[in-house]
Amino acid sequence: MKALIKYITDIFVAIKNLLKGMGVTWKQFWAKKVTMEYPENRDTLVISDRWRSELTMPHDENNEHACTACGICMMNCPNGTISVTSSTVETEDGKKKRVLDAYTWNQGSCTFCNLCVLTCPSKAIAFTNDFEGAVFNKEKLIYRLNQPGSKLREKKKTQ
Amino acid sequence: MNYKQPLELTGLIANLDAFFREHLSPFWASVVEGLLILIAIVALYAVIALALIYVERKITGFFQSRLGPNRLGKYGSIQSIADMIKILIKEIIHINRADRFLFYVAPFFVIGSSLMAFGAIPFGKGLQAVDFKMGVLYLIAVSSIGVLGVLLAGWSSNNKYSMLGAMRSGAQTISYELSAAFSLMTVVVLAGTMQLSEIVESQRYVWNIFNGHIPALVAFVIFLISGHAETNRGPFDLPEAEGELTAGYHTEYSGIQFGYYYLAEYLNMFIVAAIATTVFLGGWMPIQVHGWDGFNQVMWYIPSYVWFFGKTALLIFLSLWVRWTFPRLRIDILLNLEWKVLLPINLFNIVMMVITVLAGWTLTDLFPNLFGLA
Repeated sequence: MKALIKYITDIFVAIKNLLKGMGVTWKQFWAKKVTMEYPENRDTLVISDRWRSELTMPHDENNEHACTACGICMMNCPNGTISVTSSTVETEDGKKKRVLDAYTWNQGSCTFCNLCVLTCPSKAIAFTNDFEGAVFNKEKLIYRLNQPGSKLREKKKTQ
Repeated sequence: MNYKQPLELTGLIANLDAFFREHLSPFWASVVEGLLILIAIVALYAVIALALIYVERKITGFFQSRLGPNRLGKYGSIQSIADMIKILIKEIIHINRADRFLFYVAPFFVIGSSLMAFGAIPFGKGLQAVDFKMGVLYLIAVSSIGVLGVLLAGWSSNNKYSMLGAMRSGAQTISYELSAAFSLMTVVVLAGTMQLSEIVESQRYVWNIFNGHIPALVAFVIFLISGHAETNRGPFDLPEAEGELTAGYHTEYSGIQFGYYYLAEYLNMFIVAAIATTVFLGGWMPIQVHGWDGFNQVMWYIPSYVWFFGKTALLIFLSLWVRWTFPRLRIDILLNLEWKVLLPINLFNIVMMVITVLAGWTLTDLFPNLFGLA
């Protein structure tokens, strides 16, 4: 008799619990959807600042950058992604000085490890979170970061 | 009381019939009509399958806080057509050391059984291809052929996963057919006939689920549970069990052969919902109240096939809701549920129904004035 009562109560408990579960999914059915429709939501899309996707060399309004062409980033890059070519010029006061010719970065082999940015002594390069870097051809992934005609920003004369 | 039914297809069908009878000998008229009906049923079968696949993916997405397919066409509406084209142009992979003949024959058992059941469903007023005197029995008999295809598929694939899936499916389907048949028999006791058109006609003013109140409601719930189990869907999809059996009995099938199983699965879902609609929820009969002629007229303006597909769609939604709510059952729990819970309840329930009918406790017996029977 006890077993029979348990058998019958079990059925009702089971029905109650199943209905409870269906209530949860019913609420979920009408809940706001979490899907982001990417190309349509470009305006409202928020990409975290920590997201690294494109290496850039910030230039100021005078078309000057901070890269001294020391090559530390090139040496630190685990994949050989960066190549810095430089030449030596002589300034008016007779000093020999290294200037940057081309700073090329190959996005195709970059692992976005951030070592180049961390080790740069003059903070000349930075990663941005502009992630739309898809191109049709892998040659197009090789970027030249220094703008044509740009030059090294002179250190401010000490006060 | 004759109500205006402007959108019904009965007139069109009668005109077609008269046209063929006039221009052809009776034999050829029957042949041509039979072929037309066959084409119509196969076309409807394919269209319903495509629509169901789209609807299921969309509703599944909604239950999982996603949007579902939304790229191809407005709201992704032609996604399932693209999927169909994809599955049609896929290669059919030949399996070494499989039982060739049975391997290729198996999908036709599955799809044939569901097509035969599909043909007997009354879709609307005058929209029933065959109306057997033993309609309910025919549906039960025909839908149980499908399990043969599943077992053959698993056995002929020469694959352990497929075999396990087929064995599970066989155990499950054969067990649950018992419950499904018993719950349909409960309604047959109530309706007093097995002919589907008469069952629908008898529900003109009160649906069977209300007419038989408690026993009919229990039978309805049991039919839905066993129907889901029979179609290997919902929480009973363990013959497929992607996590354990890769895909169960149809692991080795590819291309259109897999498509047949896919199609049959969706159509079986529809057929279960359609049978439940016909038998319990009044079929294509519009909601009518005896004596309210204005109301009845408004209800009849909505054509009967809309009523049928509307009610069926509700049940299909219920099936999807259940599918995305309950966890998958283990095989022993599944069989316990059938043999230790559903079957005893069902046996008790059919006795209750017999008592209800004999003692005159059905709604039509208790309140004959309400339903115009007095």
